[in-house]
Amino acid sequence: MREWAEFTIAEGKDGARGLVLTGPLVVSSIGRLDSALRGSDERFAHIDLSQVGDVDTVGAWTVWRLARDSGADIVGASDKAQRLIAAVHRNELDEADESETASPYSPEGLIGRVGGYVIGYFEGVRTLLGFLGELILAMGSVIRHPGRMRWTSLVRQLELVGIQALPIVGLMSFLVGIVIAQQGAVQLEQFGAEIYTINLTGRLSFRELGVLMTAIMVAGRSGSSFAAQIGTMKLTEEVDAMRTIGVSPMEALVVPRVLACTFMLMVLGFYAAILSIIGGAFISMYSLDIPFWTFLSRIQEVVPRHDLWVGLIKGPLFGLIVALAGCYQGMQVKGDSEAVGLKTTLAVVQAIFAVIVLDAFLAVFFTEVGWG
Amino acid sequence: MNRDHFTGDFPIVVEGLKTAFGDHVIHEGLDLSVRRGEILGVVGGSGTGKSVLMRAIIGLQQLAAGNIEVLGDAISGDHSEDEIDIRSRWGVLFQGGALFSTLTVAENIEVPLREFYPEISPALRREIARYKVMLSGLPDEAADKYPSELSGGMRKRAGLARALAMDPELLFLDEPTAGLDPIGAAAFDALTRELQDTLGHTVFLITHDLDTLYEICDRVAVLADKRVIAVGTIPELLALDHPWIQEYFNGPRGRAASTARGRAKAMDKPVKAGE
Repeated sequence: MREWAEFTIAEGKDGARGLVLTGPLVVSSIGRLDSALRGSDERFAHIDLSQVGDVDTVGAWTVWRLARDSGADIVGASDKAQRLIAAVHRNELDEADESETASPYSPEGLIGRVGGYVIGYFEGVRTLLGFLGELILAMGSVIRHPGRMRWTSLVRQLELVGIQALPIVGLMSFLVGIVIAQQGAVQLEQFGAEIYTINLTGRLSFRELGVLMTAIMVAGRSGSSFAAQIGTMKLTEEVDAMRTIGVSPMEALVVPRVLACTFMLMVLGFYAAILSIIGGAFISMYSLDIPFWTFLSRIQEVVPRHDLWVGLIKGPLFGLIVALAGCYQGMQVKGDSEAVGLKTTLAVVQAIFAVIVLDAFLAVFFTEVGWG
Repeated sequence: MNRDHFTGDFPIVVEGLKTAFGDHVIHEGLDLSVRRGEILGVVGGSGTGKSVLMRAIIGLQQLAAGNIEVLGDAISGDHSEDEIDIRSRWGVLFQGGALFSTLTVAENIEVPLREFYPEISPALRREIARYKVMLSGLPDEAADKYPSELSGGMRKRAGLARALAMDPELLFLDEPTAGLDPIGAAAFDALTRELQDTLGHTVFLITHDLDTLYEICDRVAVLADKRVIAVGTIPELLALDHPWIQEYFNGPRGRAASTARGRAKAMDKPVKAGE
């Protein structure tokens, strides 16, 4: 069983009250004693340490603080206790700064926080613009000096972002195609118009779902990995090391990722649309008795060519957003490992949000220009 | 369970230690006893397993063979209750500081206290953290900073403050002065010595720094050929005829440190027997 430090209050002859401590005054025994005596404003003439056992710095500190707060003298301290008490208060600590800063939940703290967010927002806009400017400069210099393009890195990123995403994007699109066709057919059947399932699946896949779902998938797969990778490189000072040996991190890290992601999202978006139509054709074969090849040849007739262009235009735009969000957040990492996680989350959330906002805008835009 | 201070003569006893990574044997038949209340310096070439020895003693390394006793208890590597008790009686300063990067310095120091003694009130815990910061020679305002806001030397001191959080009987320091400038390194040496004089703990110190060896170590253990080839004061080691020891202490750097200090003789004083 643990032995606790105890105290008794002794009344002296002259009416002076003394605090007598007994037992070991060490970190493992001091907790209760401290809780019992802390905050009481009793005054003692002296604190008697002659009956204590072992002492460590925690005990020494507690005794010294008690003596200071109650104006008592310390008596009966062993050599070791004296040495430790001297060591722990060598530089007197100023107690004033306890809870000096406003709590973040008090009214002043709240205003302060709101102000902090506003300032942070504008600073964020400024650094984002700075980042875009730097990227454009880096792109320009790569175009003027094609020798500075990191081809190996570009090919590697094309593989990571594009080729390795083929199975998961394919499977996802196939399933999405099944869902659209099956659910569409259920609704259209009520009007006896189930043949329009083909129009629905084809047009939706090319215009919207293929590229949108792919963008979300790539944001989760590659946008997050851009942020985490570049962020970790910032923490380990690899990015700084690049700068010092004359390698621009923008050219070496950001440009290949942005180009790879922009190009690959176009390709993946098209691929996703095809797979999603195949999924639709597959389910229609069973639930609507439309032969597989009939479904595919009908697609050619009912999907206007501009739907293909809509998808192919949106793909690179979404890819650009995903890559920019990932690289930008990665470059913003500083301090500790927590920032990597935070910025990676932000990269994915911002990318998906921006993609959906842009998609809504483009849906209206393309309809207005007659590509409805 | 109360912590009774260890009263034996040898808080660390290593017998017949063998450690290996796969087929690669690091230590074989290694024996070492650390005396209570001394600062033992451990030296050895790169790759001789100084850090592995420390990790073995603090139970982070699987042993292939041999026994290790720390403060009278056997270290086995599995997490028995006794061993957790021992963990509250030692402090470790890792090479890179190993501070928790998402906590401030003061919160770092509070972690072991919170873990082992939850009954200590938050107010006392904060006070303990603040005087430990002061004891380890950091300015008061460093307590509320995050490790990433500190310089390398301050991070080492913050790591030391956390290692001292529980008033340990044993302090393990892994290359505490590596990467510090000469002034910072000398100050850290002085701090290590001063704290040891005040608090009376036993120090197991891995180092490459010859100045540290001459300046503060009571004895030096030399690791070579997979074992401890010699333990003693520097004059005792110099009297030995081992080529590595001769090269180490009599190489250009060794001689410079020796003449600069001229303290090799002073180290012949008998080792204090703790309290």
